[in-house]
Amino acid sequence: MSVVKMKLNGKAVSGDVEARTLLVDFIRQYQGMTGTHVGCDTSQCGACVVHVNGKAIKSCTTLAVACEGAEVTTVEGLAKGGDLHAMQAAFKEHHGLQCGFCTPGMIMSAIDIVKRNGKNVSEDVIRRELSGNICRCTGYHNIVKAVQAGAANM
Amino acid sequence: MENFNYHRPATVLAAAAMLKKSKDGKYMGGGHTLLPTMKQGLASPTDIIDLTAIKNFGGIKLSKTMVTIKAGTTHMEVATSKEIKKAIPALAEMAGKIGGVHVRHKGTIGGSIANADPAADYPSACLGLGATIETNKRKIEADKFFTGMFETALKAGEIITAVHFPIPKKSAHQKFPNPASRYALTGVFLSQDAKGKVRVGVTGAAASAFRATDIEAALAKDFSAKSASSVKIAAKGLMSDMHATAAYRAHLVSVLAGRAVAAAK
Repeated sequence: MSVVKMKLNGKAVSGDVEARTLLVDFIRQYQGMTGTHVGCDTSQCGACVVHVNGKAIKSCTTLAVACEGAEVTTVEGLAKGGDLHAMQAAFKEHHGLQCGFCTPGMIMSAIDIVKRNGKNVSEDVIRRELSGNICRCTGYHNIVKAVQAGAANM
Repeated sequence: MENFNYHRPATVLAAAAMLKKSKDGKYMGGGHTLLPTMKQGLASPTDIIDLTAIKNFGGIKLSKTMVTIKAGTTHMEVATSKEIKKAIPALAEMAGKIGGVHVRHKGTIGGSIANADPAADYPSACLGLGATIETNKRKIEADKFFTGMFETALKAGEIITAVHFPIPKKSAHQKFPNPASRYALTGVFLSQDAKGKVRVGVTGAAASAFRATDIEAALAKDFSAKSASSVKIAAKGLMSDMHATAAYRAHLVSVLAGRAVAAAK
């Protein structure tokens, strides 16, 4: 066991973890933030996507110990006070979800897509770059619509 | 996943010493093959030596004739590098087709090449461009590097530090991705240098990436899409699995090589 320290949604946190503890388990079990989901646990579905030092990554395939000193943002870190982040609001507005299980990962990926491609990101780029996020209820039509609308408001 | 000792060295020298001291240690780059393999219980190293905190382990350098990519450079960095897009556009394009965004943010060129997955993309680029792989011990030509399924010329403890890609006159990458995994069901990386020499690197079709020498010979005589796509590749020795038979993969090699010639720039 060793102590790992990082900044989680702007707050300094630490925990005594095993080397094999995954970042997603550190976030959910040690920090009690269950917005980040575990879908497949095999790096494919994207429900566990968080930002580490500003980049969208799969927290089920990242060791917590490897995030020593990192800045981590989860879906809980997006809203400011009672106001949803523009991307969260767009998913609500455009019904970019059904069961909602994939949504936290979709939103974290979407924000990363906009950061790298700009507000006017095309539908084609959105579809291509969401390939690492799987939704098993809705199909992707409203998700893509939500990302495009959220991008414009970011 | 079994537990292990975790190390985060700051230098290549320290990393090599840590591996030597460990009982059954493994180096880790982005970890996007190693960690899933460990989760499935297919690997259980006693020690993980994380190479990503090594100083100056990533980065891209250009000379007039060569693109050098340091081992810790991520696929996203290669895919979005303005310099690589200009010097070897097909290489940037290829890196942008590896996995999804999240994989590209973590996965590294050194890790991909050292792992030598039979369906990984980088091995085809190394062969198709005639790259040289530099380690903490020596330089190895790509042609002598990929020796079998997950097998390379690397000796125990050796660390890839950089890959040198000669800048060709023209190049192209064509891939038929497995729709679920985005790994190459078959992928072809083709280049033509200033003297007209053609190289065709193939991945995903056999246990190890290889050069399609029959297609290279045909293209040396006639550099046209038809010349490449009319070469019949033998299915013997190629992979068959639930996704595609060896005959299908053999067919893909010529088809993709033809498309690569047409797309080469």
